Amino acid sequence: MQYIPNILFAIALAVGLGFFVMNIRKLSRNIKLGKDVDRKDRKSERLKNMIMIALGQSKMVKRPFSGFLHIIVYVGFIIINIEVLEIIIDGLFGTHRVFQGIIGDAFYGFLIGTFEILAALVFVTVIIFWTRRNVANIKRFLSKEMKGWPKKDGNLILYFEMVLMTLFLVMNASDAPFQEAGVGNPISQFFVPLFEGFTPENLHIIERTAWWIHILGILVFLNYLYYSKHLHILLAFPNTYFANLNPKGQFNNLESVTNEVKLMMDPSADPYATPAEGAEDEVPEKFGASDVTDLNWVQLLNAYTCTECGRCTSSCPANLTGKKLSPRKIMMDTRDRLEEVGRNIDANKGEFKDDGKQLLNDYISPEELWACTSCNACVEECPVNIDPLSIIMDMRRYLVMEQSAAPQELNMMMTNIENNGAPWQYNQQDRLNWVNEE
Amino acid sequence: MIVPTMADMMAQGKQPEVLFWVGAAGSYDDKAKKISRAFVKILHQANVDFAVLGTEESSTGDAAKRAGNEFLFQMQAMMNIEVLNAYEVKKIVTCDPHSFNTLKNEYPSLGGKYEVYHHTQFIQDLIKEGKLKINDTTLKGKRLTFHDPCYLGRANEVYESPRDLIRKLGVNLTEMKRHKSTALCCGAGGAQMFKDAEAGDKEVNILRTEDALETKPQIIATGCPYCKTMMTDGITFKEKSAEVEVKDIAELIAEANNL
Ligand code: HEM
Ligand code: SF4
Ligand code: SF4
Repeated sequence: MQYIPNILFAIALAVGLGFFVMNIRKLSRNIKLGKDVDRKDRKSERLKNMIMIALGQSKMVKRPFSGFLHIIVYVGFIIINIEVLEIIIDGLFGTHRVFQGIIGDAFYGFLIGTFEILAALVFVTVIIFWTRRNVANIKRFLSKEMKGWPKKDGNLILYFEMVLMTLFLVMNASDAPFQEAGVGNPISQFFVPLFEGFTPENLHIIERTAWWIHILGILVFLNYLYYSKHLHILLAFPNTYFANLNPKGQFNNLESVTNEVKLMMDPSADPYATPAEGAEDEVPEKFGASDVTDLNWVQLLNAYTCTECGRCTSSCPANLTGKKLSPRKIMMDTRDRLEEVGRNIDANKGEFKDDGKQLLNDYISPEELWACTSCNACVEECPVNIDPLSIIMDMRRYLVMEQSAAPQELNMMMTNIENNGAPWQYNQQDRLNWVNEE
Repeated sequence: MIVPTMADMMAQGKQPEVLFWVGAAGSYDDKAKKISRAFVKILHQANVDFAVLGTEESSTGDAAKRAGNEFLFQMQAMMNIEVLNAYEVKKIVTCDPHSFNTLKNEYPSLGGKYEVYHHTQFIQDLIKEGKLKINDTTLKGKRLTFHDPCYLGRANEVYESPRDLIRKLGVNLTEMKRHKSTALCCGAGGAQMFKDAEAGDKEVNILRTEDALETKPQIIATGCPYCKTMMTDGITFKEKSAEVEVKDIAELIAEANNL
């Protein structure tokens, strides 16, 4: 009988981790629905980016206040989770504060003391975050796309962290031997009076309850990530690693187009020549993107990584002047649609069944796409190196090359380029007239 | 003004050191033509051995690419590359950050590999090599703000070359709140120049002009023909044309040096 808690714990842990692994598998399958793009090059540069931007939070602190607050939560949360390791060992083997015996009272006290102070800091920070979200009128939290679930999600995470931090402190405060030892309780000692007059048995029950809810809470939290913008706490790392390293102004040249243009321009090329090896049964490639599966896997990883912070949107010239375009919404739509496609695949035994929907029109309207000035402000601004512009461009390509659906004025511009080598209707022969006009 | 073409040069058996890529705006747009002429005057003053393609130059395809027409872009690119490679061009300078970006970043994988400079970088080098001096008395003390073109700044991280030249003019540079990597677009990029804006509550160029006007400038300097147009229109809209000039850095240098 005495092993029942250990067994229950092992089951909870297995279920929690099992679901987590399932979620990660789904996540990775969905990301792999994207087209291939080579990001295996320049490894040291990539590593450096990841260390600076994700680990070092270098782009976060460009907005000093929220950046500083975030560092507290980020560092606090990671460090406090060292404690989870102890909890897992204790839970599985029925020990109590197993590290205390191993590393000695003094060091253990120092560690837990640090955790307690961080927990208190995280708690306070999270309250400030909550206030910024719900009380202060901060424009980037109030946009249209932040209504409903995204708003709830933003708050839920904060409640989660508040509860977890509180449980950690209560667990310590109600641990009578721990308090008696008097090391490592700089914060929890102030909670002790709350439990004055409790019998040791009741106190023990409180301690056990806090302990259990704390660890179960962490397991639930772990599984909540997949459904939340909080997935960024994991994906920020691969996302910054695989991000584009070329100059921001450099847009990719579509290879499929290059091949066709070469054929068109080369009079000696034989259009009926046998295609290169391995290319025989290729379906003619679709130009640009109308759905998430036309995007590449990095763009899909971007969508899952987006923290919905809105820094991109708050620097977007189109958005700032009241246009519908919001780069944050582009990322959120991409993720929502990808999730929908993923659920469709799950429901149809691993095979996507056409649902008559796509990213274009059903989520992102041409009006949004055409408002973009390709200025790269969103890309520059994103603290986790997401590239909303590349999605906008791929969707424009679809509109123009597959649907000929450019705005009329742009069609005229393109006709001019074709006919007279300039976006305006001038005579090519007049190209040098500027020299003598003064 | 003497502007040799590559064809002329070739006929004389000469290979100029650098090709001046004028760009469609620099060739046809009235405000941008002034930039081209100012830059040519600077090239002459520094005795640079240069030529243009003239009627053999065609759109880089940048606008078509940003509009989503990759076909048209690549057609233009391949045509231009054929011409450039036939003339064995090694080094290109341009006053248009869009051409700069496309030639520098997007042509190489299509077979066009050149050393490409924005004119502010090129002028900076001329000064470093002692071929050109900027007179810092003509414009001394004028209040100036610089608008970063997106395709020069964020797109290619060229922030210092234009500022370095501005400092050499002896003017009083006041930065806008949003500058360098946080600069706001003028509203022309991504082919917006060629179409009406989507419904909104303001034009982008007006917002950017307001940014600039906050610094109480006498001159708004920029390094892009499209930015120049957008900012000039913004100043006109704000009825400030009498007090504020919009000029490309090349024009300012030509003015400072009385060219
Ligand atoms: C264990 C690690 C992390 C934790 C616990 C964490 C926690 C949080 C929390 C609680 C928020 C919500 C703040 C709010 O309500 O406004 C948040 C937002 C955010 N996090 Fe993290 N985070 C972690 C890792 C990272 C990493 C590695 C990055 C990469 C730079 C990052 C970037 C962001 C960004 C950009 C936001 C949006 C916040 C804003 O608007 O300023 N986070 N994070
Ligand atoms: S690139 Fe497009 S979406 Fe991004 S900030 Fe500029 S205008 Fe907005
Ligand atoms: S794309 Fe980047 S900047 Fe924009 S909301 Fe997402 S995380 Fe924030």
